[in-house]
Amino acid sequence: MTHSFVPTGVELLRLSPEILLVLAGTLLLVLEGLTGAKRGRELGRLALVALGAALLASLAAARQPGLAFSGSISADGFATFFRLVVIAAGLLVALFSGPYLRRESAERGEYYALLLYSVAGQCLMASANELIVLFIALETSSIASYVLAGYLRADRRANEAAVKYFLLGSFASAFLLYGIALIYGEAGSTWLGQIRAALAGPPGSATPLAGAAAAFLFAGFAFKVSAAPFQVWAPDVYQGAPAPVAAFLSAGPKAAAFAGLLRVFMTAFEPVSASWEGIVWVSALATMIVGNLAALLQSNIKRLLAYSSIAHAGYVMVAVTAHSSIGTAAAMFYLAAYVFMNVGAFAVVSYFARQGERYVHVDDLAGLAWRQPVVAALLSLLLLSLIGVPLTGGFFGKFYVFTAALEAGLVWLTVLGLLNSAVAAYYYLRILVVMYMREPSEAAADLAAPPAPVRAALWASALATLILGIFPSTVLEYASKAAALAP
Amino acid sequence: MSAAGVPLSWYLVLAALLFTLGAAGFIFRRNIITMFMCIELMLNAVNLTFVALAYHLRQVDGLVLAFFVMVVAAAEAAVGLAIILTVFRNRASVQIDEVQALKD
Repeated sequence: MTHSFVPTGVELLRLSPEILLVLAGTLLLVLEGLTGAKRGRELGRLALVALGAALLASLAAARQPGLAFSGSISADGFATFFRLVVIAAGLLVALFSGPYLRRESAERGEYYALLLYSVAGQCLMASANELIVLFIALETSSIASYVLAGYLRADRRANEAAVKYFLLGSFASAFLLYGIALIYGEAGSTWLGQIRAALAGPPGSATPLAGAAAAFLFAGFAFKVSAAPFQVWAPDVYQGAPAPVAAFLSAGPKAAAFAGLLRVFMTAFEPVSASWEGIVWVSALATMIVGNLAALLQSNIKRLLAYSSIAHAGYVMVAVTAHSSIGTAAAMFYLAAYVFMNVGAFAVVSYFARQGERYVHVDDLAGLAWRQPVVAALLSLLLLSLIGVPLTGGFFGKFYVFTAALEAGLVWLTVLGLLNSAVAAYYYLRILVVMYMREPSEAAADLAAPPAPVRAALWASALATLILGIFPSTVLEYASKAAALAP
Repeated sequence: MSAAGVPLSWYLVLAALLFTLGAAGFIFRRNIITMFMCIELMLNAVNLTFVALAYHLRQVDGLVLAFFVMVVAAAEAAVGLAIILTVFRNRASVQIDEVQALKD
């Protein structure tokens, strides 16, 4: 551990994506003040450039892997993987937010600034190697997203989403923090490596405090990834928040929280895995069941996607339960595939909903295939991937997750998980049937062609889903190498 | 151990009680501002734990951590009260039961 407080050049490089995003966000706020709030469109383009630059910065940082800032940041392959995923998600959302916000006459620089801050927090969460840095990262991401959820201030639904997200999110943060405090008492340190060393002492030396800390930390993370029994906020928040924000909340914060969960539990708490395995097992199963069964009953498409995203968190939780490096790699692959398919599906919702989000029911999509065949085809691809049909990223995601679970001897969890994904096929297929087999509804009849940014986001997510489905081995190999987390 | 002779466990038990009180208040209270205050109580329970442990471990780390928690709590309060204010403007109420429009 170095004792110099002046960061070296290479340390700054390892943190460059986060530094860049925070600077760009602040620049947007300043520019908005200077130009007088009429330049939302240009500021949006600037945000896209900043996200693109952060993507490149993550790749540059990946060429110099290692620790930074007295070991509190770890720019390893794991961090790079999740940085790329959350920045790509932010990029797609920023892309199709423009048309949506212009329609609501609410395109301002602050939206993009908050988006950049939130992505910066998520990147930091993926690379944090110390619990307080992790907590600060989580809060940076969360506080910005509370504001984003209520971004349309005059909208009663958005208000409700924001207040629920804020209250339950802060409640969860308190749990996470109490977990940190307990483990600090047990291990005398908040560095993941030192906690691991302290917990790895002779068997029987770990007190029940370690188990309690693991439970509190798990509760905090479970809120953020909307895993049962802490999933109640997700449907209301996704339904009430503006559609692009719902897309964002379902992708970046969830992937980043899983990154934090995986890193903490696979390194620091690995020696006491017996104390948390059971909790994660139950949570994985409950999350899958709650998400899928409730999704069957939904007619609002945003709520349906919310429950579906809960179910997907359950599948990732299965990979966490396996707690092996194969499981970690499977979770990473699954999250990459999930982010693209989910953001793509929400992109269609944000375009289809029209002003004031009038058309958000599954039945409104009736006959979409006759009016906008390309949009319908791309959405079908994304939905098939969410089901887990072969040749899509979703298929290999599930395949790797359940393979990892079987190798860890979790036979029952695998069987129940597979049953769950069969149930899930029903509600995704219902959307397909409505789009292709019904006469065009009034909502689909007067639908204009999607604006270019929405088209670009949709094509990009569909292509990413296909690439992950046709050439999964490249990504999986990278994930497998990165999954061997150094404590 | 400590100067005044109060053992570490007393502090930890007090903090755990405060945390539980906060969590229970959050679950049972229906006023959004009160719920928010309960979260602050939970955060202060965490701070008490950090400070007591730092004293016990003779480390400065725990004291610094408490400062970080305070900073984050302040940021959360700023955003949270702003959100509560917009809710009040739109509904003229801060009862969580009256903020229940989102249902299928």
